[in-house]
Amino acid sequence: MDGAGNYPDPATNCTIVLVAKNITKKFSGVTALDNICLELYPGKVNAIIGENGAGKSTLMKIFSGVHTDYEGEIVLDGRTVHFSSTKEAEAAGIAIIHQELNLVPYLTITENIFLGHELTNAWGILDKRRMQEETKQLLDRLNLDIHPNTKISSLKVGQQQLVEIAKALHVDAKVIIMDEPTSAISDKEVSNLFTIINELVRQNKTIAYISHKLNELFQVANRFIILRDGKTVNSGEMKNTTHDELIQMMTGRKALFARDETMTEKKDELLQLKNIKLKNATGADNILHTISMTLHKGEVVGIYGLMGAGRTELMETVFGLHPKLSTGEISLEGKSIKIKSPADAINAGIVLVPEDRKLQGLCTSQSVRPNISITILDQLERWGIVLNKKKETEISKHYIQQLAIKTFSTETIVKNLSGGNQQKIVLAKWLAKKPKVLLLDEPTRGIDINAKSEIYKLIKQLAAEGLGIVVASSELPEILAISDRVLVLCEGELTANIPIKQATEAAILKMAIHKN
Amino acid sequence: MATTITATHKNQLSRFQSLIALFVLCIALAIMTDKFFTAENGLNVLRQTAVNICIATGMTLVVLTAGIDLSVGSVLALCGAITAGLLKNGIAIQSMDLFIGFTILGAVLAGILVGALLGWFNGFTVTKFKVPPFVATLAMLTIARGFTMLYTKGQPVSNLSTDFAVIGTGWWLGIPVPVWIAALVVLLAVFITQKTKLGRYIYAIGGNETAAKFSGINITRVKITVYALAGALAAIGGIIVTSRLDSAQPNAGMGYELDAIAAVVIGGTSLSGGKGSVWGTVMGAIIIGVLNNGLVLLNVSPFWQQVVKGTVILLAVIIDKAGDKKE
Repeated sequence: MDGAGNYPDPATNCTIVLVAKNITKKFSGVTALDNICLELYPGKVNAIIGENGAGKSTLMKIFSGVHTDYEGEIVLDGRTVHFSSTKEAEAAGIAIIHQELNLVPYLTITENIFLGHELTNAWGILDKRRMQEETKQLLDRLNLDIHPNTKISSLKVGQQQLVEIAKALHVDAKVIIMDEPTSAISDKEVSNLFTIINELVRQNKTIAYISHKLNELFQVANRFIILRDGKTVNSGEMKNTTHDELIQMMTGRKALFARDETMTEKKDELLQLKNIKLKNATGADNILHTISMTLHKGEVVGIYGLMGAGRTELMETVFGLHPKLSTGEISLEGKSIKIKSPADAINAGIVLVPEDRKLQGLCTSQSVRPNISITILDQLERWGIVLNKKKETEISKHYIQQLAIKTFSTETIVKNLSGGNQQKIVLAKWLAKKPKVLLLDEPTRGIDINAKSEIYKLIKQLAAEGLGIVVASSELPEILAISDRVLVLCEGELTANIPIKQATEAAILKMAIHKN
Repeated sequence: MATTITATHKNQLSRFQSLIALFVLCIALAIMTDKFFTAENGLNVLRQTAVNICIATGMTLVVLTAGIDLSVGSVLALCGAITAGLLKNGIAIQSMDLFIGFTILGAVLAGILVGALLGWFNGFTVTKFKVPPFVATLAMLTIARGFTMLYTKGQPVSNLSTDFAVIGTGWWLGIPVPVWIAALVVLLAVFITQKTKLGRYIYAIGGNETAAKFSGINITRVKITVYALAGALAAIGGIIVTSRLDSAQPNAGMGYELDAIAAVVIGGTSLSGGKGSVWGTVMGAIIIGVLNNGLVLLNVSPFWQQVVKGTVILLAVIIDKAGDKKE
């Protein structure tokens, strides 16, 4: 309300500090932000809400100078800006506090806060006392009673978050972006955080607050901005809306793929999970709480959940990747089985197409053939030792043809292929193993629309051949397009089990947000 | 498609890179000296290179899994000493009035077994305790050297049987026995890497360990096998050295790990794993051998020889990296 460059918004008669005008951002052909417009108000907590993939993170990364290549205009305090680095954004007064905190664990609070702009005395020597004093003042402002020389690694997550905020205050940020700040902290820390946010708002800071937890938005936020499919669909005052209204506005993404309701009910039990629990690495908390589910032959079960709901963890647990941290019973075709490693799962007939194909699914520096055959080398051995390369090539060719993988030959290096074709190779390597249960984690992440529809067709076809398929996805339209039944996870608990005929985006999202 | 084709071509080119380098080197030396291009000198170079080929072949397997084995020089010494000791003195347990004598074959097999066990231990600490390979095998480098000193009491074990000397100094069909041994080792390793499941798993683990894990590969077993093989091959090197000198020296094999790594690197195997070949390493080892030999024939001071060798290693890696970037 003071800067000369600010201008009043006619509707609310309030100044706007940060404006995004017609921002468009594409990632290798996939549109993440589509001509988006939004405004952030100073002295307010602006909640930015949207389903997974709505474009929230991309937009925040543009604001904070991470993504520098975009179309459109950003106006800060009435001046058009285009940041070419996070440092520039920071200098202009925009600080972002990421979900994964960006602190150096073995440095002290002071050292972290002054990292990159250390204070020195006249001889160029670090002025530790002055830095420590300034840090102390910052920490006092945040009610954080900890010595400035404490190492970050000995702080709790909630305290580390406050150090991030202290860092933002130190560079005198006008706009502070918080990405899911309450996802990893305790209730007590949450209420402390809210007190501090209120204090910052009183100091006329602009807060952009991203969260899935609608309940807490009603406590802390003043305004909401709803994103969907890379566009702003609505914005307004929190006090004039309700929980259900927000959910309605978040859903309704374009249905690019019609859902198939002709599916008949499947009765042959294939895979049964009983009371699956998974502890986190420290063993203190549960990532999954007593999950039970059944998968039938020929059925596609979609598992939907927001970030951190435990989708991937559930798949990984069934696939034997967390043998020491998980408990529960798994039975296949009525027989109880023990899965202590991926090899156990594979031998039983359960395979996983993982979330990150480049990191977990493929050896991209090798060619197509060995990537497909890696799971079936046992069957290719002659005289118990020599690999039959001819048969291997034949099998590779078979799957290249069946899945319509566009590759020059079986000897093409995988990294030269498109994402969709790479994904099909991961599928091929597991289909070659002739599994009974196919677990697919985000099967179409980052691939273009045509490849997507091909993979959906393939999933249907495999189910029709009698495979049981579980698809975990963060995309509601995907879940609705391919599932016979939808399971919803929320914070590690199964909150809904909905037949596709009764499934609506709003119903699913509501169960994904609400923990009963 | 166009990029695919050039990439494949590039791959084939890089496969022959070290062969071409060796060829050029040989022609240059043949022109510059009279003695280089003779059958006698050629076999001489191969005989001198045989031990490094054995060790470097094992090193290649380890490096392909993105590991490293610094202990090979010490393992070579300990296994050579054990073979020599068993051959000469057998095992005598005075309290039980027991004496076990060893034939040459028995002593050799025992030496190789000890090498495999030391390698197994390397693999065990790397996989079960997640000790970085550099550190685990560095520790073994010291431990195995210490045991060598303890076993030999710091003195050479000499005057072994004349039959045993055949391994290091004999000839068969006009070719030195160590060269035959190295050839067998190389063929075995080529077979493993190119034709077997184990070979595929080695490349898969080096290329992307996470993906290998997600493919149900028993990474622990593969890595332990590879380190055990490297240990066994170092032991074979140790037996050749001991036989040739008719003596096990407690300080044998010092620095051999560096020559082995140099051969692997010159041969185009990536230290980050997943890319490379045993043939490349053989070329690398022979290049080092020819370089040593040629520089002696050219009367270059031994001090300069070291500088040249180091420069060649650097150039090999720089050329390799430049090729990667183009891809």
